[in-house]
Amino acid sequence: MKVAVIVFPGSNCDRDCLDVVRDVVGASVQPVWHRETVLPSVDLVILPGGFSYGDYLRTGALAASSPVMTAVKAHAVRGGLVLGICNGFQILIESGLLPGALLRNASLRFICRMVGVRVERTDTPFTTRYAAGQVLALPIAHADGAYWADPQTLRQLREEGRVVFRYAALPGSPGAEANPNGSVDGIAGICNQTRNILGLMPHPERASETRLGGVDGLALFQSAVDSLCGA
Amino acid sequence: MAIGDSEFLETIDARVVARHGLSESEYTDLRSRLGRAPNLVELGIVSVMWSEHCSYKSSRVHLKKLPTTGAAVLQGPGENAGAVDIGDGLAAVFKIESHNHPSFIEPYQGAATGVGGILRDIFTMGARPIALLDSLRFGPLADEKNRYLLERVVAGIAGYGNCIGVPTVGGEVAFHELYASNPLVNVFCLGLAPKDRLFLGKASGVGNPVMYVGSRTGRDGIHGATMASEEFSDGSSAKRPMVQVGDPFTEKLLLEACLELMSQDLIVGIQDMGAAGLTSSSCEMAGRGGTGIDIDVSLVPTRETGMTPYEIMLSESQERMLLVAKPGSEDAVSAIFAKWELEAAVIGRVTDTGRLVVRDRGRVAAELPVALLTDDAPKYERPLAPPKFLEQLQSLSVEGLPTSASYNQVLLTLLALPTIANKSWIYDQYDHMVGTNTVVLPGSDAAVVRVKGTSTALAMSVDGNSRYCMLNPYVGGMIVVAEACRNVVASGARPIGVTDCLNFGNPERPEVMWQFAMVIEGMAEACRAFGIPIVSGNVSFYNETKGLGIYPTPVVGVVGRMSIDHVTTQWFKGAGDAVMLLGETKEELGGSEYLASILHREQGLPPELDLDAEKNLYGCCLELAASGLVRSAHDCSDGGLAVALAECCLAPGARTGATIDVANPVGIRRDAVLFGESQSRIIVSTRPDLAARVLDVAARWGVPAAQVGRTGGNRLQITIESEAAVDVAIEEAAKAWFEGLPSALKGT
Repeated sequence: MKVAVIVFPGSNCDRDCLDVVRDVVGASVQPVWHRETVLPSVDLVILPGGFSYGDYLRTGALAASSPVMTAVKAHAVRGGLVLGICNGFQILIESGLLPGALLRNASLRFICRMVGVRVERTDTPFTTRYAAGQVLALPIAHADGAYWADPQTLRQLREEGRVVFRYAALPGSPGAEANPNGSVDGIAGICNQTRNILGLMPHPERASETRLGGVDGLALFQSAVDSLCGA
Repeated sequence: MAIGDSEFLETIDARVVARHGLSESEYTDLRSRLGRAPNLVELGIVSVMWSEHCSYKSSRVHLKKLPTTGAAVLQGPGENAGAVDIGDGLAAVFKIESHNHPSFIEPYQGAATGVGGILRDIFTMGARPIALLDSLRFGPLADEKNRYLLERVVAGIAGYGNCIGVPTVGGEVAFHELYASNPLVNVFCLGLAPKDRLFLGKASGVGNPVMYVGSRTGRDGIHGATMASEEFSDGSSAKRPMVQVGDPFTEKLLLEACLELMSQDLIVGIQDMGAAGLTSSSCEMAGRGGTGIDIDVSLVPTRETGMTPYEIMLSESQERMLLVAKPGSEDAVSAIFAKWELEAAVIGRVTDTGRLVVRDRGRVAAELPVALLTDDAPKYERPLAPPKFLEQLQSLSVEGLPTSASYNQVLLTLLALPTIANKSWIYDQYDHMVGTNTVVLPGSDAAVVRVKGTSTALAMSVDGNSRYCMLNPYVGGMIVVAEACRNVVASGARPIGVTDCLNFGNPERPEVMWQFAMVIEGMAEACRAFGIPIVSGNVSFYNETKGLGIYPTPVVGVVGRMSIDHVTTQWFKGAGDAVMLLGETKEELGGSEYLASILHREQGLPPELDLDAEKNLYGCCLELAASGLVRSAHDCSDGGLAVALAECCLAPGARTGATIDVANPVGIRRDAVLFGESQSRIIVSTRPDLAARVLDVAARWGVPAAQVGRTGGNRLQITIESEAAVDVAIEEAAKAWFEGLPSALKGT
């Protein structure tokens, strides 16, 4: 699998994604500066977390009009895989590749902690290695992660099986709320109709090594590898 | 046009001098050293460089007593940050700094720019910052103003650190009424650099271009350093415009641009524009290089038009750096900053004159000897005297103190005190995982980050106990160092370096200066005994409002190194393990949290610290961690043994009970057994079949040790010589400890 990690001004999880994909997943990966208009030949494009453009205007809004996004859209139209994590999810929404909006957390505060995330769909290229209903322990770290969509879009997302992850109670963590940020219907991640674009608020790249307290995120990257190798 | 006859010559009278914070004698001294009266620009420059904040004029003679050298020290105090060799060709670059005064005036921006400033100190050295920690002090949360200050300071730290993407991995916070008008915000940062590529703030090479990079200069923060060198009065809110406004997005660009710059061979020196902005960076760089510097402020990129030389030289606008480029590399430097959409401009040259020359469109606006502003700035040996009340405070007769049969409620009350309670309300707001290095998440004795590409992990702890320092500053100074080292040791790491932030009242008061001098003696003694150098630091005086000062509050940050396989956390790891206590419990209630919060006396002598016993405890604990004999290790500190045991039971996401019986051979008070804060104690847990080996190791190090119980069940039961003392449900302890801070913040 060949992977590109897009670097916007203010991205700050780009290096973490590069490290995990190269050192843990073992795939070939390179950073791509946001001013590039042509993507290298890759299978998966990752839009990493961070504060692109300092979250000015709206989270993800300015990055959505970066030159590289035209190439990312073309890659997606060709059926290439696109993964947006945290700020990357916000950018996917702002650029119209995924529907809805990500609002300020219900607590109005930034939240960084391990949460429970239930796998709702295993029929995406990113989730084949999970079991349906499996609850993953993944960290979140965001101030604007409350997913919102109008009722019609929500119905469509559910009917088309595009709600890929929902927040859930984390086993062994008494007292923690199941829905940490006030997302509608507990939505933590969604995909597009053709299922090759996934956006999620939790950080799988932070849960890919035992040393860092868990590997529940690793299978997401490995699923993508499988899907490309035809496994 | 000559100095002195230009339009800059606003009449400098006694009032103008006083407004600049210079004393009459300092002004007289300045005139005689210059051989003339300064103009206003020069007065402004001198006033910030001679401010306490920049000149360390009251503290220098004492700071010299701190041990700063060692085989692993790559850079000691005097540069932007200290650096210690951690092997694998890498240096750990770290420093702690205060942003107390601005954080009281405008807590969000004050704290945010505190984070921004310390980050720049680290990446100026060529190091990528990988961890932040904070030490905070506020007044009691019963007061709405203090709740506001805490919430906004935390939001400011989060806003800056989260955005730039450096994890805030740990810290400490304590509450006391003396911090109500003088909250403390101390920020520690650690970065990693190749050890043979550390960059220094030195202007060398006559004729080399001096370049300004980063954000544009605005009219914010003018005279911030002077503000930080005065007490607060009723009019302090009028100082709000002196607080800078931070932009972490720009700092992130500056960080990446600087590291890209430093990966190439383009510069000879670089320094952050922190306190006193362009003034301090230019003359400090010339001072260290033994050179002069000649700059033209009309070449400085500005945010607004019509800025005067005075304003440009004294602005504390954030996210700016001054660098000296290699000849001919100006365009390459500019290209890197252009890529990151930042300003870069050549504003002058390095000279051999030993003078700072400031021009405005070529015309000299100020000309001063560099030495006058740096090495030859005033130094004071201020008078010292112990506080008159001290003997009275130190006397404590324990016989008169009430006792109780059951200490359940006392334990629950202590666990819920904001100073002791779980701090997740705070650290959940910090991104503590970005960077994918955080091996031990916040909440254990020390924060632990791995060093990618090596088998090394670094443990860090910031600590301070001001009540001890008030009651006996010498012993308090020793304990501050020992506690932070103990935290690092409990996590499995050997301490390798210290950075200190010394927060005190008005140094012109002999009692404050005496406390300062004694604290330094104590810290120096402990550092020498443990063989660890102090490589960087910061002094914050004038933490006083209307004559009421804070307790002496030295805060130290200790960095330790270990193999990543030896990482140990404070929490019990399940039922059936043996619980062992290393160290000796004495009848020491003086200065304790129990005495202060339950019995309402801030009295007595702080616990004794035997440096040899402490050092042996470190050796013992490190051997236990390295040989895999322990499953958890936790330092006993605020709240004593009972609180420490409860903390061992309350892991994130898991609860483990324990049944404990403590021996009391000499029959000390039961409350002292439970809540006394005797030093040099660590609670460890181990598999039962390994308990005897733990005792063997302890015996070899001469550390008193005993098995005191077993983990398991859903209660924490403590008996003393088999007599019941504490018996609480773990859920009850958890509720007190986890909800203590959030409920205090609701003002209930």
